[in-house]
Parts: sequence; structure tokens; C-alpha cells
Amino acid sequence: MRHTISLLVENKFGVLSRISGLFSGRGYNIESLSVGETIDPQISNMTVVTSGDDQIIEQINKQLNKLIDVIKVIDMTELDHVEREMVMIKVAPRQEDKAEVLRLAEIFRGRIVDSSQKTYTIEVTGNEKKIEAIIELLKPMGIKEFVRTGKIAIAREGIKKA
Amino acid sequence: MKMSGAEIFLECLKREGVKHVFGYPGGVILNIFDLLYDSKDLQLVLTRHEQGAVHAADGYARSTGKPGVVLVTSGPGATNTITGIATASMDSIPLVIFSGQVPTMLIGNDAFQEADIVGISRPCTKYNFLAKDVKELATIVREAFHIAMTGRPGPVLIDLPKDVTSAKTDFVWPEIKIRSYNPTLEGNKWMIAQAAQLISKSKKALIVAGGGVILSGASKELRELAEFNDLPVTMTLMGLGAFPGTHDLSLGMPGMHGTYYANKAIQEADLLIAVGMRFDDRVTGKIDAFAPNAKIIHIDIDPTSIRKNVRVDVPIVGDVKRVLSVLNKLMKEETKEQWTEVRKSWLRQMEAWKKERPMTYTYSEDVIKPQFVVEKIFELTKGDAIISTEVGQNQMWAAQFYKFDKPRMWLTSGGLGTMGYGFPAAIGAQFAHPNKLVIDIAGDGSIQMNIQELATATINKLPVKVAILNNRYLGMVRQWQELFYNERYSHTHLEVVPDFVKVAEAYGAVGLRATKPSEVEPVLKEAFKIKKTVFMDFVIDWKEKVYPMVPAGAPIDQMLFEEKPEKTEKKLKAVK
Repeated sequence: MRHTISLLVENKFGVLSRISGLFSGRGYNIESLSVGETIDPQISNMTVVTSGDDQIIEQINKQLNKLIDVIKVIDMTELDHVEREMVMIKVAPRQEDKAEVLRLAEIFRGRIVDSSQKTYTIEVTGNEKKIEAIIELLKPMGIKEFVRTGKIAIAREGIKKA
Repeated sequence: MKMSGAEIFLECLKREGVKHVFGYPGGVILNIFDLLYDSKDLQLVLTRHEQGAVHAADGYARSTGKPGVVLVTSGPGATNTITGIATASMDSIPLVIFSGQVPTMLIGNDAFQEADIVGISRPCTKYNFLAKDVKELATIVREAFHIAMTGRPGPVLIDLPKDVTSAKTDFVWPEIKIRSYNPTLEGNKWMIAQAAQLISKSKKALIVAGGGVILSGASKELRELAEFNDLPVTMTLMGLGAFPGTHDLSLGMPGMHGTYYANKAIQEADLLIAVGMRFDDRVTGKIDAFAPNAKIIHIDIDPTSIRKNVRVDVPIVGDVKRVLSVLNKLMKEETKEQWTEVRKSWLRQMEAWKKERPMTYTYSEDVIKPQFVVEKIFELTKGDAIISTEVGQNQMWAAQFYKFDKPRMWLTSGGLGTMGYGFPAAIGAQFAHPNKLVIDIAGDGSIQMNIQELATATINKLPVKVAILNNRYLGMVRQWQELFYNERYSHTHLEVVPDFVKVAEAYGAVGLRATKPSEVEPVLKEAFKIKKTVFMDFVIDWKEKVYPMVPAGAPIDQMLFEEKPEKTEKKLKAVK
């Protein structure tokens, strides 16, 4: 099963290679990884998407916790949480498809962030399903390339009923 | 007062209580070596290879419980330490390794003797540092010692660029706090209570003790648990000495070359109390068939050891010594009468298995049996010696036929299985225990992997003894070829083995040789009398194999035993 694991780590050089080294050294898979600073500049947040059976996921969580630069490990999959990913897709449509490309961008609440005589670059944010859907729909129109940020995730806060 | 990085290094080591540093000089580490030239606080032990330095520091650490310290230069000096570091890492041995590095402004430029040792050593250290600023140096050194020694111990490396050792700053002995590093020491009370209940209810319980008992200094608590509850104890290779090998409750070692009775007991048990061990494949054999009837209580300081290889019913993360003392208290509250008879009958079963298949070998009057040499060493030292080993048959015979009664007297590379470990480790242990008898039980293959350390031993007038079980083969691999590869001895016959007596003499050590069983005892006695480094060349039966043996991947009760030679069988020696 797939798990999204959120890590708080010391913002030091070499930490990323400790994390990725743990995964490669023990034969675990990283499906996506994104890193950024947190509100405390000494701490970074990493979101890792990985997969494995329960025993492997338990080991991954424990091994991550054991790394000295890791402050906190949260398995988001076990919590109510919001996941987002961003993609930038460069499409080179035929003249007759241009309108459809723009229409799709609008349906997916994407934005055109760059355009040229032959191409549009569309930025779309959403969960994984949404990102995959727009990629599928744009494929027949002629995707030149796309880049994805990898997933980020944050826990939802509970709401008190009024 | 301003101090240079090199001076800070020395001051920090002094404050950490370090007396011996094992190392080898080179260009970028000269600022420190220059200070060592007239240091009164620190003795630098010059080995003849950086790998030897790390193993020596490792032997020092295992035999004392203090961290071993290593100092080497950059590039090849640093990369040569890797095998030693990985050895220590696999066996959870606390080391602090200082490597020189090219000046910070040259890092990444492929400078002369530059190696990315922080990158290279990352997977085999517990943690590592690149000291980029002399102001951080004291904190880094303190953190390194703290990390190496606490939690599950392990090696920590500090990379020291040359400009950092020459730069000056005010020295402050810092307080340290690593917010992301807080090993769990106290076991969960509720879990320990569960364990106590399981133990009281069990009918066929067994303790499996590992190296964690020794690292935690919990031998006394372990013995109390075993004796109070009449529990038999088996010790893994790393756990030998955690519980007295001569004790009635001892079953010796389990696993691939373990005793028949230890493996039988594991397979029959209804409860395993695993203490400070990690269910290595050499212990479990085929994992699905391991301890099929047993519930498992697993006590370990490292949460990742728990449920890594086997299912566990009661996991207890914590320091073994602390957990066992709580558990012992709880056991005293349990009513003992109910299970005394049940326990006695389980212990009688142990005795029956011990009689059925004791640890034996077939003695010969014509040719030296390696087990006989190990037995004689045990007999003559009365167990009061520090024993190191190389890796292979020599290691297994030593583990099987020498009875370890005390912790920290047994130095062997368990996890990584490093040939060439034993001799430098013995040298390190001898520095820590100048008046103790230290013996490396070696093979003719392994000893050649770090034989250059003869110079370190003789120059420092160390009375280290090396007993070479010389069969002219890489015996353990040869044994596998004989049993599992149709006797195709691909590259295991060493053909030319040096004259070890002459090699010893060339270095200024003493060389002795025994070719007949009757010569074994006189050679050992003479060697133990001489206050010098001694190589003993025991020319042994090259056909001898290590038995019992569980083929790799088989359940541990499917053991191969020595086939008794029919009529030539002279006498079967049972070892108590």
C-alpha cells in the first residue's frame, strides 16, 4: 500500500542524502519526494511517498525516526490530511486543438504561465488523480514535456460543531 | 585564550577521558600529529594500516566498554578505515574516527588525496560530521562521543579539513543537546508486565541473549532472570560471555553452527525471551520455520530491530539493563510454586538433548584437531583470557569450544564477518589490558589479511598471542564447496602459506610450531610464558569441518553432524 510520510528534519547539508540513502540502502522505493523550509528556518519539511506492506512501512517509519537529523515522522496516510501536487505541462497543439487545450486548462482550474507561437505551458495544482487526469486528457493534444513537484501533504485540523 | 583546531581536538579528547588513539599520519592531518609529538595526555598507537587502526580501536572498545578512537589522514587513509567502520557498525561498537580532509576551499575540486569520506562512510556510521568551522569543533566532538556511546552504540566519523585544524578560536567546553536524538531507555511498564505474565504462564521458555546484554552491562540482571526462573539460556555469537558458558543453564550458541540442544530448545519452546539480539539469519535459519510454537518477547534498545525479521508478541524498546531489572522485580511477585515442577521437566529435557548430541569432535593422536587446540587454550587459561578471532572456521571452533564466563572477553566480527579483524583487535585489547593474556585464534587465510600489524605488536612490546589453526585452506568456504558444490575447490586452496614462524621472527616476534597433538600443550604453555608477541603455527587436519551445521536457508533443527569414521574412531570427547 502507498503511504505519504511527512518528515521534519534538521535543515543541514547532507540530510537529504541520509534520507535517500536509507531508502536505497534498504531497498525501499521512493515514488516522490519534495523538500522545503518550514516556519523555523532551521527545520525542513520532507514529504516522501513510498509503498510496501505493513511490515515494510513500519520499518521505514522506525528507520526514519532512528536517523539522527530526523525530528519527527508523521505517516499522513493514517491521518485525515490534504495532499497536493503541482504540474507544469508544455503542450504543442495543432491549430484546431488550441481552443480545447485552453478549455481543459480552465476546467482544471489551471493557469497558462507561458505561451509561444507553438506552445502553451499550463500550471495545474491538485491531488494525484487530478494531475493524472489532465495529463491523460492533454496527451492526444501533443504534450512536449511536463514536470511534477512531487506530493506535499498537511494534516487537517478538527472542526468543532457550533 | 585562543586555541587552534588541533589544540581543541587534543583538549576535547582529554576531557572525554581518551588515553589511546590508534592511527596513521598523512599530509592534511599533520597539524594534529605535530601536537601529538610531545603530548603527555594521549598516546598515539601507530598501526601499519588504517584498517588495523580501526580494528584495534574496536578491540579496545569491546574489551573495555569505552569508545575506541582513530586518527587518520584524508583520501586513502580515510577509505582504508571503511571495512573497520562497517565491522563496528554491524556489531554496535562505539568508535570515534577522525579523518583529515583537504582544506575547505579545495573540497569538491578533486584535490590530491581528497575523498568524500562523509559520503562514503554515511551508510556504515551511526552519524558523521564535516567540521567546517573551528568554532563548531568542540561541540561536534562532544556530540560525536555522545552519539557513539548512547542508545544503540556505533561508530561516528568526524572529517577535519586542514584549515579547520589550524584556525584559532576561543575554546569553550560546550553543553550539548541534540533535539532529534533521544534514545528510549526505560521500557514500557505495561509491556514489561505482559512479559512477566507470559513468562509465568510458559512451560517451555528460553532466553536468547545477544550482544546488547554486553553493551548494556546487564549480565548480572540476565543471570538473575535465568536463575530465579529456572530458564535455560542460549547466547548468540555476539552474546557469548553475557551469561556464563559453564553454567548449568547455558545451552551454548544457537543457529547455523550452534549446539543441537540450543536449536532444539528454540524449535520446541513455547516462549522466547530475546534480549539484546536482532534475529540475524545465521541465528534463525529459515525464518518461516523458526521457533514455530513460541511466543516472542523482544527486548532491544533499537526499535528497528523489533519486528524486522520475526513476528513479536511483546515488544519492549529500552535499555536491556533497565528493562531486566524491572522485569526481575515483577517476577518476584509472581507465585513460583505452580511452575517449579513444569520448569524442572523442561530443564530435564535440556539435559536429555545435551546427552543425545553433545558438542563433540573426533580426537586423533596423529593429526592436530583444531577443536583440541581451542579446548587446550580454554583449559590452560581457565577461561581467564581475552580471546579474539578471525572469521571462518577458526571463529566457529573458538565460539563452540571455548567457554566464556564473563562479558567483554570475546572479540569477534559477528555481523560483517571481517577476515583480518582478530589480530589488530587483540592488539587494541592488549593496550587496554596490559597485564591480561590476549589471544587471537586465527586461520592461515585470515591472519594474512592484517599480518603487517606484527610490527605494531612487537614495537610496543605487546605480549599478544596468535594461535593460527593452519589448514592451508580458506576452510569455511572449502567446507561449503565440499558439502554444497560437489567438492569443486575453486580458489580455496592457498597452496603457498608463508612459514609463520619465520614471519614472526622477521618482525622480532617469537614463532612456535606444533605438528602433532602431543606438541599442542607444550607450545601453548611456552607461548603463555613468553612476555613477547608470539605466533603459534598449529598445523591442523585440513579435512576438519565445523559441525553441527545448518545449511543456509534450512530450518535450524535440520542439522548436519560429523559422520563418525567407523573403526578409526579412537575416542569421542564430550565437552562439558
